[in-house]
Amino acid sequence: MTNIPETGRTPRVQIRLVVIQILVLSLLGTLGGRLWYLQIREGDAYAKEASGNHVQQVVEPAVRGSILDARGVALADNETRLVVSASRTDLLKMKDDGKAVLTKLAKVLGMSAKDVMLKVRLCDAKTPQPCWNGSPYQPIPITDEATPKQALQIRERAEDFPGISAEPQAVRRYAAPGKANTAQVLGYLSPVTDEEITKAQDTDSPYLRSDQVGRSGLERQYDKELRGKAGVTRYEVDNLGRVIGQAEADEAQPGANLVTSIDARVQRVAEYELNQAMKIARQQFDKITGENYKADSGAVVVMEAKTGRIVAMASAPTYDPNVWVGGISAKDYKKLTGKNSDYPLLNRAIQGQSAPGSTFKVVSTAAAVEAGYEWDGGYPCTSSYSVGGQVFKNFEGESFGPISLGRALEVSCDTVFYGLADREWKKDGGINPKKGEPKDYFYKAAHQFGLGKVTGLDLPNEVTGRVPDRQWKESYWKANKDAWCRTGKKDGTYVEKIAYENCLEGNKMREGDSINYSIGQGDTLVTPIQEARIYGALANGGTMYQPSIGKAIISADGKTVQEIKPKPTGRLPVSQATLKGMDAALEGVVTRGTAAWKFGGWPQDKIPLHAKTGTAEVYGKQTTSWLATYSKDYTVVMTIAQAGTGSGASGEAVRKIYNAMYGVSADGTINKKNALLPSPQTSLPKVQTDGTIKSPKISKDPAKDQRASQDATPQPDETQQGATVNTPTNGNRDTRRRRRRRGSRRMLT
Amino acid sequence: MTGANSFQVSGYGPARAGWTRLLARDSLARRLDWPILFSALALSLIGSILVFSATRNRTEINQGDPYFFLIRHLMNTGIGFALMIGTVWVGHRTLRTAVPLLYGASVFLLLLVLTPLGSTVNGAHSWIVLGGGFSLQPSEFVKITIILGMAMLLAARVDAGDKPYPDHRTVLQALGLAAVPMLIVMLMPDLGSVMVMVIIVLGVLLASGASNRWVFGLLGAGTLGALAVWQLGVLDEYQIARFAAFANPSLDPAGVGYNTNQARIAIGSGGLTGAGLFHGSQTTGQFVPEQQTDFVFTVAGEELGFVGAGLIIVLLGVVLWRACRIARETTELYGTIVAAGIVAWFAFQSFENIGMTLGIMPVTGLPLPFVSYGGSSMFAVWVAVGLLQSIKVQRPMSA
Repeated sequence: MTNIPETGRTPRVQIRLVVIQILVLSLLGTLGGRLWYLQIREGDAYAKEASGNHVQQVVEPAVRGSILDARGVALADNETRLVVSASRTDLLKMKDDGKAVLTKLAKVLGMSAKDVMLKVRLCDAKTPQPCWNGSPYQPIPITDEATPKQALQIRERAEDFPGISAEPQAVRRYAAPGKANTAQVLGYLSPVTDEEITKAQDTDSPYLRSDQVGRSGLERQYDKELRGKAGVTRYEVDNLGRVIGQAEADEAQPGANLVTSIDARVQRVAEYELNQAMKIARQQFDKITGENYKADSGAVVVMEAKTGRIVAMASAPTYDPNVWVGGISAKDYKKLTGKNSDYPLLNRAIQGQSAPGSTFKVVSTAAAVEAGYEWDGGYPCTSSYSVGGQVFKNFEGESFGPISLGRALEVSCDTVFYGLADREWKKDGGINPKKGEPKDYFYKAAHQFGLGKVTGLDLPNEVTGRVPDRQWKESYWKANKDAWCRTGKKDGTYVEKIAYENCLEGNKMREGDSINYSIGQGDTLVTPIQEARIYGALANGGTMYQPSIGKAIISADGKTVQEIKPKPTGRLPVSQATLKGMDAALEGVVTRGTAAWKFGGWPQDKIPLHAKTGTAEVYGKQTTSWLATYSKDYTVVMTIAQAGTGSGASGEAVRKIYNAMYGVSADGTINKKNALLPSPQTSLPKVQTDGTIKSPKISKDPAKDQRASQDATPQPDETQQGATVNTPTNGNRDTRRRRRRRGSRRMLT
Repeated sequence: MTGANSFQVSGYGPARAGWTRLLARDSLARRLDWPILFSALALSLIGSILVFSATRNRTEINQGDPYFFLIRHLMNTGIGFALMIGTVWVGHRTLRTAVPLLYGASVFLLLLVLTPLGSTVNGAHSWIVLGGGFSLQPSEFVKITIILGMAMLLAARVDAGDKPYPDHRTVLQALGLAAVPMLIVMLMPDLGSVMVMVIIVLGVLLASGASNRWVFGLLGAGTLGALAVWQLGVLDEYQIARFAAFANPSLDPAGVGYNTNQARIAIGSGGLTGAGLFHGSQTTGQFVPEQQTDFVFTVAGEELGFVGAGLIIVLLGVVLWRACRIARETTELYGTIVAAGIVAWFAFQSFENIGMTLGIMPVTGLPLPFVSYGGSSMFAVWVAVGLLQSIKVQRPMSA
């Protein structure tokens, strides 16, 4: 024992042991620090993650409510279909991302493998339809039209189709009862997007990943009511998805049913007659353009005059709303929305707008009375009206001498309205009005008739139309003057000249503007629904109603019925005496005026009809036809673009709609048995004790039935000679075939 | 030399009753290191509760008996405790003479693993299934024999007073002795155990007073070896994946990153006081794999929170702190080396195990001493506790 200390260790060992001890403690310190970081500092975040980890939601989608017509016939309901869907998570677990399985599946379903793959890819900004924009963790439907045989094939060989399921599911069906497809009014559904989910998160009706959302029409307007509330059950689960914890469940509440004022039969008739009218118009020769009318789009509205409820609303061209069910294919989508499509998704009854033509004269007449002109005053109906260097001609140079306002309305004498509007324009101070408010009676009246703003119909995306008053001219000029001033030339082409003029004084109300405006030409734009509201008010004694389609919302169990009452929004600015005069004048249009040639033999004494025809000029296109009519209970407004005159294009179709509703045969006899809706449906369909709604049977095609019964030999008991006999031989007076003149401006539509 | 009896009072005193003898100043019981004993026991019992919590719902492994693992863990603890008493009774110095036998036996068992008798668990071929639900993991015992063997070789000349430090030849011999079982374990491959053994060898060399050159040389060789293993593709795919997942846990949250992610979520969600015993949703939902063995710490983290998980670290700290003291205070180099080797072993294994659940170390299949379920590991660590006690108890005796 020489130099070895008693402890048996040299200082080197001693030091190293201390180092080891420090090292060990610092390691433990590191662990403690990290533990503190995870549990105390970041604890809340991890706790959240943990709860997301072990809670699984099982969503039981609510059955969407049906959309019913006024008698309870389902326009949109649900049917059970065999839906084949693929789980993306399962497919991605396979080596080839499930390509083999999808190819096999495509073969069974008789689809192309490519189509199937496209359907299961996820949508993003760069991916066009078809793609899946729902949750990637949710089964993606591949087809909802699997046959039972295909479903069996998939189910029985489940091991060959991992991640694929075939199950019956409730899917939307647009039943088209009696072939009334009502496409644009009903709208359509598509899966909810991420954005909408985040947006609706904190509202009282949040979306679920699996939700289908109404995208247009009634489906969108009443989405909240129709959708119901999906049932959500929350389970605590373990890592394999086995339920281990207490379940917390919100039961599914099926969506409410929407009863509309639409009558499926009348709807079908309206759709059919509109289509027929367009077909016939396409065979007519247009003398102005030297080719047949194109009649490329049209709309018809049938409205209850005393409530504003829509009985039928059709828009052409149309489409089959069932293409949306189960995800739309790329081809179909392009057909509906592509540049070369005819935009069948548009509801032209509320989204189509054009100048009103002579149907606007009821507004001008009311304005004239308001401005103080005597109803029975003698207003010169000359063959032309000259202002400065411009000549505004009456239709085909007719002249009736001095006539009353009523007569002017009846014969649609342009020059009377030219004169009145011109006088008012001058009174207001001409192109540079005096200080103080110009009276602008004609423009004020248009606003009071509800033009230039939406009617508030319960459908989304209604357009406002336009009243080209001073205010509009000013803002329009501000927006466009730069372009006008750049392209305008004093001695250039027609378009360049117009631009030059507009650049100089486009913000001013010019004489020609006011004159054109008075007969519904120029920059004025109205929608068919606005026209229907005006003529409905004329029919009911002056009350304007907010048009509506929804009539009642009936809960799925039938216990709560929430009625949607008609809503009067104002009165026409017209006295009862004037109203009477206008009523008589518009009746005259049917009996001896511009529409008489289409209503020969109509039982006018039993069912008095009133009408106004109109033909609106559209720059660069054929004229738009308007026909606004009303009976005691209904207003029917039809418009067809590029189809010539109002009575010529639509007279027959509108008459056939009235025929169907009142049961009038072609020769004018009334057969009540054939009447579809002689008076408006006031009661709601009956709700049975189990909550289902009773619905009457509906024939295969009411339109064809009507045509057949109307053309059948008259029944002897009901034979009735029509009251109107006058059958004018000349065409429609409302068609103005003026040459383009300085000062007449047209909307380029 | 005054002789061993000079410190013994009892030789001259009256014969005392059993319990008083135990309480006597110089009694074995009084001289035991109670903090280590207490901590080790506490860790084992906490472990049994955590193992129970983790396995009571795992019907696919507990054979329908929720207490299956609890009972076995307690049994293992009991056997371990008995092994400790046996080790103390035999004494570490007696074991020194038995090193060749122990070494030979453990290496033989290791080799047996490589034969068809061995079986693979979780990618590591390191088990011998004994039947009846019992299995043996010889690499756990090899850790002890490496420590004892190296300590015997390195301390022999020094304790004999011939040399202040072990010479190069002795160091080489000691390294050779360690290298044989390490190579076998690497073949299994059980990389986690190899890592522990490398650290043990390092700790042993440091404590032996071997030249710095050896220490740094070994460190360098270890680094080079790790690089070589990486480059030559000795590692299995799952091992590389584990390291990749460690570097970037969000890499594949459903695959290899899953363990670490779920473990971290479990621990993190515990907060200060935890979800309460048996109330951890991660644990109840079995989101963390291998939770009763390698990931047992996550149960503590989630259900007992920072308080409970911290307690485990503190208890381990007590064991390590006392073990370091024992290493420093014992009179002979042999004891110092053995204690230091055990410190290196426990410290690294604890750090690696807890570190991987906390996401600061890569995932390897190493149990947490005392706490993790597993017989071989439990026996080995208790034997180690016995060795520490034995070194402590014999401290006053002269060499």
